[in-house]
Amino acid sequence: MTAYIVRRLLATIPVMVVVALFVFLLLHLTPGDPAAVIAGDDASPSEIEGIRHKLGLDLAIWQQFGIYVGNLLRGDLGTSIFSNLPVLTLVKQRLEPSLVLAVSTLVLAIVLAVPMGVLAAWKARTWIDRVVMGFSVLGFAVPVFLIGYLLIYVFAIELRWLPVQGYRPLSQGIDQTARSILLPTIALSMVYMALIARMTRASMLEVLSEDYIRTAHSKGVSTIVVLLRHALKNAAVPIVTVIGIGLTLLISGVVITETVFNIPGLGRLTVDAILKRDYPIIQGLIILFAGAKVLVNLLIDISYVFFDPRIRY
Amino acid sequence: MAAVLTVPVPAGSHALDWIRRNPTIVFGSAILGLFVAVALLAPWIAADPLSFDPLNRLKRPSQEFWFGTDQFGRDVYSRVVYGTRISLIVGVSVAVVATVTGLLVGVLCGYYRRLDDIVMRVMDGLMAIPAILLAIALITLMKASLLIVIIAISIPEIPRVVRLVRSVVLSVRGLPYIEAAVASGTRSRIIMTRHILPSTVAPLIVQSTYVCSSAILIEAGLSFLGAGTPPEIPSWGNVLSLGRAFFQISPWIIFFPGLMLAIAVLAINLVGDGLRDSLDPRIARRM
Repeated sequence: MTAYIVRRLLATIPVMVVVALFVFLLLHLTPGDPAAVIAGDDASPSEIEGIRHKLGLDLAIWQQFGIYVGNLLRGDLGTSIFSNLPVLTLVKQRLEPSLVLAVSTLVLAIVLAVPMGVLAAWKARTWIDRVVMGFSVLGFAVPVFLIGYLLIYVFAIELRWLPVQGYRPLSQGIDQTARSILLPTIALSMVYMALIARMTRASMLEVLSEDYIRTAHSKGVSTIVVLLRHALKNAAVPIVTVIGIGLTLLISGVVITETVFNIPGLGRLTVDAILKRDYPIIQGLIILFAGAKVLVNLLIDISYVFFDPRIRY
Repeated sequence: MAAVLTVPVPAGSHALDWIRRNPTIVFGSAILGLFVAVALLAPWIAADPLSFDPLNRLKRPSQEFWFGTDQFGRDVYSRVVYGTRISLIVGVSVAVVATVTGLLVGVLCGYYRRLDDIVMRVMDGLMAIPAILLAIALITLMKASLLIVIIAISIPEIPRVVRLVRSVVLSVRGLPYIEAAVASGTRSRIIMTRHILPSTVAPLIVQSTYVCSSAILIEAGLSFLGAGTPPEIPSWGNVLSLGRAFFQISPWIIFFPGLMLAIAVLAINLVGDGLRDSLDPRIARRM
């Protein structure tokens, strides 16, 4: 087990090296002078020179990559061109809302979508199944900004139940945070729920046709126990896998949802960086998000052992 | 079950029969056909999407302005109609670019194992980066244009296609007919194009529909965030993006392009689901 985890950890190194190399090369493979592009159209030659020096673009390319990777390993994600603050500091300032939104979305999606999928598989080819599958097809198609604005329109503007936009930090009380995060969470969780419900149903359908399920039924085990203990646990591996795959959807969704709901998180940091062409921030965020995804995939791989004891490393 | 209930049909009504067995493909294609018609007929069914009309700013939907007007008095209906062109161009182009590139890389990887090790590490790295961020990074560095947007959305889609093609190639490679081809001295290029390529076609067609709908969504998302299609082009995402500031007083600016986007993506996904069910019965039984 330990050997497997170590091997799996080592396997993440080449992935992150590729990500770092890609993020680094991006700046150099672009046609034209990256310093001039970042400086913008109305920058003076001395400003462009300043940015070139600040980014180390006047060094040899291999030196630049060496410095870049060295900095990354020390936890230095670069420095914002605009505010002169370390990217890591900016990220820490904006981390809470994004993390709260991501975690609440993850929880809501799993809590609702897994039972939906189980129900659909148990009642396969009935109207319940059709409703769940219909929801799943819609969830993939309706973009998060449309759901978001519809929710704002109905629940904040028309009914006035919830705040229109903005975020209340946890330090102001968790109930305030919950009120501000409820609509964004619902909007963002739709596509994720669609994904999880669909995979849960598919995986459950496969397991429910197994002999041991029929045996359990004929032994007189109650339906709920058969569904949850006998079927769901054995159907869990593909479900957990798809939750990991969906994480990329979640990260992209966070960026857009924060813009819809005016939440000052990492997504807004990204959008502000785009508008100001603050490239080091975008680079830093890519490294960070990719790192988060690789880490979660690692945890998911390890969790397989828990769900399926046949898997031994 | 269904086979027993089906009334025998006279020969010659195969088409009708096919339609009855694939309702989702037919329904999705019909909606898509409508979108294509709207895109082609845009100059005849819509007014100039760029003409400013300061007297008619932020007007509600009405007889004159079906979808209302935006803050510059531009007709949202006309902008949405012209936006159909952009979304379809982006969707189809990305699907073609990503599928062709992915097919090429995937077949080579599946066939030449040594190449495979290196290329798959690169693909793993690319896949670790969320698509929208990867596209943002590419677009912010280049002068925004429709071509750049298409390339930037295609790159994060390629690894998924490569993985798919590679897995098909690997599963076909071990089959006796490939061994027979190798044993009889067939050249690698012929084996790849004539013996391996055909089995990738069905899964690729299905995958390309999903790439297409995901590309349309990502383009809208990028434009919405201000990092997509240049703002002077009336794409759905750009219309949405401009509506952001006026959402509380003029929700229609966001509502109509958003709705069109959802319907278009839904139609493409329905075609994809239907194709998957009819082309690949193995998956169809599970999903």
